[in-house]
Amino acid sequence: MEVTETKNQAGGVLKRVAGPVVTAVGLDAHMYDVVKVGNEELMGEVIKVDGEAIIIQVYEDTTGLRPGEPVENTGLSLAVELGPGLLTSIYDGIQRPLAVLVDKMGSFIERGVSAPGIPRDKKWEFRPLVKAGDEVKPGSIIGEVQETNIVHRIMVPPNVKGGKIRSIQGGSYTVEETVATLEDGTEIQMMQRWPVRVPRPVGEKKNPTIPLITGQRILDGLFPIAKGGTAAIPGPFGSGKTVTQQQLAKWSDAEIVVYIGCGERGNEMTEVLTEFPELQDPKSGKPLMERTILIANTSNMPVAAREASVYTGITIAEYFRDMGYDVSLMADSTSRWAEAMREISSRLEEMPGEEGYPAYLAARLSEFYERSGLVTTLNGDSGSVSVIGAVSPPGGDFSEPVTQNTLRIVKVFWALDAKLSQRRHFPSINWLNSYSLYLDSLSDWYDREVSPEWNLLRTWAMEVLQKESELQEIVQLVGSDALPEAEQITIEVARLIREVFLQQNAYDAVDTFCSMSKQYDMMKAIRAYADQAYAAQAAGVTPTQIITIKAKNDLPQVKFVQDYGPMLDGILKSMEAEFTQLRSSA
Amino acid sequence: MKEYRTINRIAGPLLFVQKTEPIGYGELVNITLADGSTKRGQVLDTSDELVVVQVFETTAGIGRDSGVRFTGEAIKMPVGREMLGRILSGGGKPIDGGPEIVPEKRLDITGAAINPYARGSPEDFIQTGISTIDGTNTLVRGQKLPIFSAAGLPHNNIALQIARQAKVPGSTEEFAVVFAAMGITKEEANAFMQDFERTGALERAVVFLNLADDPAVERTITPRLALTTAEYLAFELGMHVLVILTDMTNYCEALRQIGAAREEVPGRRGYPGYMYTDLASIYERAGIIKGGKGSVTQIPILTMPGDDITHPIPDLTGYITEGQIVVSRELHRKGIYPPINVLPSLSRLMNLGIGEGHTREDHKKVSDQLYAAYAEGNDLRGLVAIVGKDALSERDRMFLEFADLFEGKFVRQGIDEDRTIGEGTLDLGWNLLATLPVEQLSRIDRELIEKYHPKFRAK
Ligand SMILES: Nc1ncnc2c1ncn2[C@@H]1O[C@H](COP(=O)(O)OP(=O)(O)O)[C@@H](O)[C@H]1O
Ligand SMILES: [Mg+2]
Repeated sequence: MEVTETKNQAGGVLKRVAGPVVTAVGLDAHMYDVVKVGNEELMGEVIKVDGEAIIIQVYEDTTGLRPGEPVENTGLSLAVELGPGLLTSIYDGIQRPLAVLVDKMGSFIERGVSAPGIPRDKKWEFRPLVKAGDEVKPGSIIGEVQETNIVHRIMVPPNVKGGKIRSIQGGSYTVEETVATLEDGTEIQMMQRWPVRVPRPVGEKKNPTIPLITGQRILDGLFPIAKGGTAAIPGPFGSGKTVTQQQLAKWSDAEIVVYIGCGERGNEMTEVLTEFPELQDPKSGKPLMERTILIANTSNMPVAAREASVYTGITIAEYFRDMGYDVSLMADSTSRWAEAMREISSRLEEMPGEEGYPAYLAARLSEFYERSGLVTTLNGDSGSVSVIGAVSPPGGDFSEPVTQNTLRIVKVFWALDAKLSQRRHFPSINWLNSYSLYLDSLSDWYDREVSPEWNLLRTWAMEVLQKESELQEIVQLVGSDALPEAEQITIEVARLIREVFLQQNAYDAVDTFCSMSKQYDMMKAIRAYADQAYAAQAAGVTPTQIITIKAKNDLPQVKFVQDYGPMLDGILKSMEAEFTQLRSSA
Repeated sequence: MKEYRTINRIAGPLLFVQKTEPIGYGELVNITLADGSTKRGQVLDTSDELVVVQVFETTAGIGRDSGVRFTGEAIKMPVGREMLGRILSGGGKPIDGGPEIVPEKRLDITGAAINPYARGSPEDFIQTGISTIDGTNTLVRGQKLPIFSAAGLPHNNIALQIARQAKVPGSTEEFAVVFAAMGITKEEANAFMQDFERTGALERAVVFLNLADDPAVERTITPRLALTTAEYLAFELGMHVLVILTDMTNYCEALRQIGAAREEVPGRRGYPGYMYTDLASIYERAGIIKGGKGSVTQIPILTMPGDDITHPIPDLTGYITEGQIVVSRELHRKGIYPPINVLPSLSRLMNLGIGEGHTREDHKKVSDQLYAAYAEGNDLRGLVAIVGKDALSERDRMFLEFADLFEGKFVRQGIDEDRTIGEGTLDLGWNLLATLPVEQLSRIDRELIEKYHPKFRAK
């Protein structure tokens, strides 16, 4: 993590230390200035100015700090470094590269060590896309670097005025070397810095109309999120927040993925680090890691850096969006971020709001989700940031403030349900409580790209599931044999939708990703069974016969087969034959 | 080192001391009483005029005449190989009548966070010999897998059975047990100690005992002393260390007590708002280091107040640990040991430690199928209570019977019964699944069925 622009510095001294929040006096400082605290120069940020007293949150462990130690203002605000070298990195909450920290201080994180966010010595092959004499504006793309399999576009920083290019030359550069000079003398390097708490500017926000295809049937099929959209995934522990987020990070058709492990487990980040380099993007065939940036500020790392991690992540996401990419960002978990705010706020002795959270909780959450969106970039391209936030409600109770405030903002709600995860029904997303407000704006896309039938099939499936839940209430009172025949069939059709379509095993090599066309074929097959089942029942076949049709038992197997076409055809054929026979003997 | 006699307020476990020199945050503090005895504490808040000290023992006997010395360093734990076989107090002092421990190193008890990039992937299957763990909630080296229990349930027996039987099949590496008791009764502690002695495990164990009548505040450091020891044995001496922490509920009560004494704004149900972060600083101290030798595996035990899994203690724990083993009063009442309810139980790292090359290729799918079938049968019990068995379809009746069979055969086992994963647990699972029609086994691919299902195996 580095900082922007230098102002005059004024030294102060520590007056009080109590955990991650410390007080300094004699410091000439403004809100959100980055300061260096104590003899070890721990990094901190001013979060409150109270008369003489400057209150600072410290991004590292404060054990051993004493009153009287120096505090120095850098005059800069907390910023990230943006440029080639970001992809495949893993950072802590303030963009310190964890791999570099291991080299510097071993397997455990000690404090007082800093490292630049992107490597300084590495040379990149810069190819100019504009020439001397061309007019450039803030956000204009002036060249590119082949960073991984992803092309890193080099832009005029948004805070540079722009003008005519005086000189620009291709070649091998470090991120700090000047690649272009403007007529007014402004030099442009590949690296730019941006303060994390300030959204990067865009041309214009647009309404999203294209789904982020995730390969997860219940998401793409029933509750899709749009590219540039927002979704929340709340659920108690063990219900599948992390696995779902990781599935999205792996399989969603975004071009860049930013994954923030915010106050969660260390081993989960290890899992991503070991798995991703070995997995291939189904589209490009390239290792998934090449499009990914990880931010890992685990639960045992300093709580102030946890608070910052979400901003660090979204700023990096915006930067790639500005190049014209579709970026998706996962934050696991936004509740830990909110708790970090609460912890800091309570140490500031601020008036607590609901459940001890600061009164500005709702505002912070909405500012964060507002940084998502499908936009026209300053350069006139189209780019997007989709934001998916996990929420960890205490006791799994969705009425708590973080869940409630999040649901007021996001457009998609994937409600995890412990009852389902306990049955090992995965993903444990409750199909009755979840919703997507993008359905209407995305329906054209599904018509065009999947099938004109798709939207109808989806509506039909939702109706069956809804009907099933009503019927289940009756079954709970009288048993299933007491239901009218047609309704017994409805229950069976619903079971197929649940067990064949909705259940999806993230750990099965094939089932982990399901293309939209496979989703369509599967749903169509279930519909085929349903149609024939009702017809047979009308023709006098008994529900037991219809329910025990052999061919449909093989339907779940389709999930585990890559080249499922012949198998599915076979199942549909035998199913038809069985039905024909049943009808003729009825 | 200067001695201050300037305590101007004592509230609960906290001392407010006026001082003249700068004191470091988190420093270890020695307090000398009028009778010459000493107590220890830690700096919680330090400013120009005043320092707040949290005392780890009872404040009984401390007065304005007591002397306070600030040591200038964080609390350190003397550690060494010699600790194996020793019994220490919850504050780390030998209480077994043996000699003082000659330390090889003195380590900061807070422990630094493992850099996530330096973590190794936990994937060595630990066979506990208990089917509900090995088969359906597999433990792996470097995992933190707590036991969620409640008053009056046999969680200690389960923990002991795990400690006795746990092994990595085929491994001959050195192992050790670190046992930390927080606020448990003398009787419970004796049960642990006798078992350790009976099985000879004590030789390979380091025991920390903070009993019910020991100071509550000391409990806040006991697990940290234990984990510092465990990390030393694991990461410096290369041993595989199993850490048992019991009872984390007492630890959390101590945290609450300190929070109240500091007049903090309490969080949910009176527990401190930072309890998640605090617990994480304990539980995250499990794992393995990439390229390193040893491992720290944690089995924390907690008793859920009011049997309520949504209570903040189990809730925050479950959000941090890599799963949970839930002990059920209902199964216990049915006379089933170990009364582990697999439905709310979970091992998040299971997938890394099972399957071909670890256990057996069919492991995952058998486990999924057992869960699904048991869950379905268990649901039907509620229905039977209302409409009677006769109103059930034939399919439903089969699942109902499966649930009973599962509890009676798979869950239930002897307290010394050590089942192997293949023949002992997975094949048992297949035998139970074989009571259901093959086409109901929708979670398992045809190939595996043909290879392992008893009906096909017989042919
Ligand atoms: N889609 C899925 N497929 C298979 N297993 C899943 C799936 N989602 C969750 N699980 C199982 O549930 C466990 C808990 O999921 P996780 O995402 O870690 O929960 P949370 O983050 O909500 O606590 C996982 O370890 C895994 O065993
Ligand atoms: Mg999670």
